[in-house]
Amino acid sequence: MSALLTDDQRMLVDSVAAFMADEGAIARQLRHWRDSGCKDGFGHALWKQFAELGLTGILIPEPQGGAGLGQAEAGLVLEEIGRNLTPSPFLTTAVVAVRALDGSVQAERWFPGIAAGDTVAALAIDEGSSHDPAATALRAERQGNGFVLDGAKQFVVHGASADVILVAARTGGSPGEHDGITLFAVERGAAGLEVENVTLADSSKAARLTFARMAVDGDAVVGEVDGGWAPLSRALAAGRAGAAAELTGVAAGASAMTLDYLKQRKQFGRLIGEFQALQHRAAHLYGEIKIARAAARKAARLLDSGAAEAELMVAVAKAKAGSAARLAVQEGVQMHGGIGMTDEHDIGLYMKRQAVLDELFGGPRFHAAEVARLSGY
Amino acid sequence: MTDLETFRSETRAWLEANCPAEMRAPMRGENDICWGGRNWQFQSDAQRRWLQAMAARGWTVPDWPSDYGGGGLSPAEAKVLKEEMAATGARPPLTSFGISMLGPALLKYGSEEQKRRFLPEIARGEIRWCQGYSEPGAGSDLAGLQTKAEDRGDHWLVNGQKVWTSYADEADWIFCLVRTSSESKHGGISFLLFEMASPGVSTKPILLISGNSPFCETFFDDVKVPKDQVVGEVNRGWDVAKYLLGHEREMISGMGLGGQGSLGAAVAPVADPLLRAEIAAFDVDSLAFAAMSEQFLDELKAGAAHPAMPSLMKYAGTELNKRRHELVMAAGGSDTLEWDSERSGGGKAAREWLRTKANSIEGGTSEIQLGIVAKHILGLPGA
Ligand SMILES: Cc1cc2nc3c(=O)[nH]c(=O)nc-3n(C[C@H](O)[C@H](O)[C@H](O)COP(=O)(O)OP(=O)(O)OC[C@H]3O[C@@H](n4cnc5c(N)ncnc54)[C@H](O)[C@@H]3O)c2cc1C
Repeated sequence: MSALLTDDQRMLVDSVAAFMADEGAIARQLRHWRDSGCKDGFGHALWKQFAELGLTGILIPEPQGGAGLGQAEAGLVLEEIGRNLTPSPFLTTAVVAVRALDGSVQAERWFPGIAAGDTVAALAIDEGSSHDPAATALRAERQGNGFVLDGAKQFVVHGASADVILVAARTGGSPGEHDGITLFAVERGAAGLEVENVTLADSSKAARLTFARMAVDGDAVVGEVDGGWAPLSRALAAGRAGAAAELTGVAAGASAMTLDYLKQRKQFGRLIGEFQALQHRAAHLYGEIKIARAAARKAARLLDSGAAEAELMVAVAKAKAGSAARLAVQEGVQMHGGIGMTDEHDIGLYMKRQAVLDELFGGPRFHAAEVARLSGY
Repeated sequence: MTDLETFRSETRAWLEANCPAEMRAPMRGENDICWGGRNWQFQSDAQRRWLQAMAARGWTVPDWPSDYGGGGLSPAEAKVLKEEMAATGARPPLTSFGISMLGPALLKYGSEEQKRRFLPEIARGEIRWCQGYSEPGAGSDLAGLQTKAEDRGDHWLVNGQKVWTSYADEADWIFCLVRTSSESKHGGISFLLFEMASPGVSTKPILLISGNSPFCETFFDDVKVPKDQVVGEVNRGWDVAKYLLGHEREMISGMGLGGQGSLGAAVAPVADPLLRAEIAAFDVDSLAFAAMSEQFLDELKAGAAHPAMPSLMKYAGTELNKRRHELVMAAGGSDTLEWDSERSGGGKAAREWLRTKANSIEGGTSEIQLGIVAKHILGLPGA
């Protein structure tokens, strides 16, 4: 398995890069939706354009109307999304939800809308302020042929805009265990579901959800009752690898902006890029981003080939991409000096996006602990 | 089965049959490395048989042309061999500056006669080389070297001093940078090969902080060198020198990192939660770097690597290796500080830890590598 991109992948990058830099540009999307106070934080017209390019169905199997491509290709799209800070439900919907629903009866229900760019999906897992899916405590009790959900979730990205929310709930076992978790597909507007739409630091939206004895049908179960860990971990692996890819894009975008500045800004009669103190930090940063990208791409390839080491590499990729992108945005703001602190300049937007993506599906410490656990120490 | 799959299964069977069991145990330290050369004393009969078996197939240098003692393998086959050797746990049969540094430079810049003369001997491990680059006044500023070679009609006459010459006292030959013209700094350097046994060559070992003494001061006093032992053109040796440095940096970047696996698993259990966290963070970085190394090798094979990439790999790989050994010392506590006890293997951990500090100095310091990346990859301005 070569680490180099195939010709097809290169073509995908070329077309997506051009689309994202143009249609998905910061001024046109992120700033526009932020400054107009949009409740979704992204534009549905752009999501529809994603569909026209075949991106929303990138992971949906061909017989079900998708492009049938893999995590590697989704990652390349996410790199470009990250580079341009393009707001969209691509990660939650086209990657995470598709992977969760894949192979379940629910796929029939939701894939056509996702492929058409009409449907937005969200994943509700976190209950506390840090990611820990095994700790799921939200109760789902049997009632008739359905269930009643009781509890709360937070950091549900696109939760208020979603047509379907995948909710991890506990039908058995106790918090900390993998067994006994069940995944439910809850539809928009369900009675007993209270949604608080929250704007995050990066202007994206992530809801707090309260389930007050909310009734769902037995049909809402994705996969097996008590066996939700399987689709959930599949979805999380895809989400983590995807977030890692997007983070490397964020890092690349921030560092490109910073390098440009080093080559333009003069102080003491010299370009600041001539100062060795900055040169060495820029070179170190370049290496960190290259390494993070190599790790993210490897994780995606391993997921596609179903390799046993995929889980370990996904944890490595998410942790490494988070740290490399953090360095990129911190150096970015610092090397821009005062102007880097202004809202008018884009570099700060990269810093805010990095912070959110870093936390999403677990930060570097969570994933370093995963690496330790998977390596047996 | 594809040709490559056939090659894989045949290679696996051959390694099973020919790699002695002793050569499949992990190396315990520097002493298990086989360096070859005229004066080489094999550590064991197994070490000798393993070298001979591999050399007979050209597999000490699998991707060199078979005309020059190599295995003539395609990049894909060479990769398979490497993977199968790793799967078998087979040790490298031979490690040498001839293979990792001089060979590639000769393949690119040497004359046909030089290739036929030197490469097969290098492949069989019959000639041990040392590298005469650094001088007391020319380290990072390598092109500032002063050792002089004068054209005396039928030979070169070499005078000067080198320093930090690793294994000069055990080497058969030296590849050496000399000044053949003082007109321009980079344009007056030539790349010269000669025998360490030549009259006028002398060496003096230097003791390192690790307590070992693998390198020397090397003196040249009216050393006569035959005219045909310049590699490439006279006064154009800087190109050869830089090309070779790229290979040296690749080699150093992989040193001590490949195949070591999880540090946490190696030193477990770690009771201190802070240390465990540091080790886990290290394992993240090290596994990510391994992914980068794979990508870099694929880029090299496809001819798609930026010429300055070895500098980045060297910088990142060596800083990581130093961090690994800091953590090994921390995890081992006072046990690892014993310098001479039997239970510490004669201070193995401490000596290795100290040795790794040279990783970010030898072959060009970390600061020099960062400067190269900044200028040649990032295009930052300045001298
Ligand atoms: C174990 C070991 C083995 C070696 N083996 C060999 C060998 O076999 N053959 C051989 O020829 N040489 C060998 N070397 C020499 C090695 O290549 C040099 O030590 C190295 O290039 C640094 O040169 P220097 O020691 O003169 O340090 P200096 O160049 O004096 O550097 C001192 C410090 O200044 C910094 N510095 C210098 N210039 C700059 C700059 N422009 N910008 C920023 N910082 C700078 C350096 O990074 C370093 O931190 C070996 C060295 C070691 C440690």
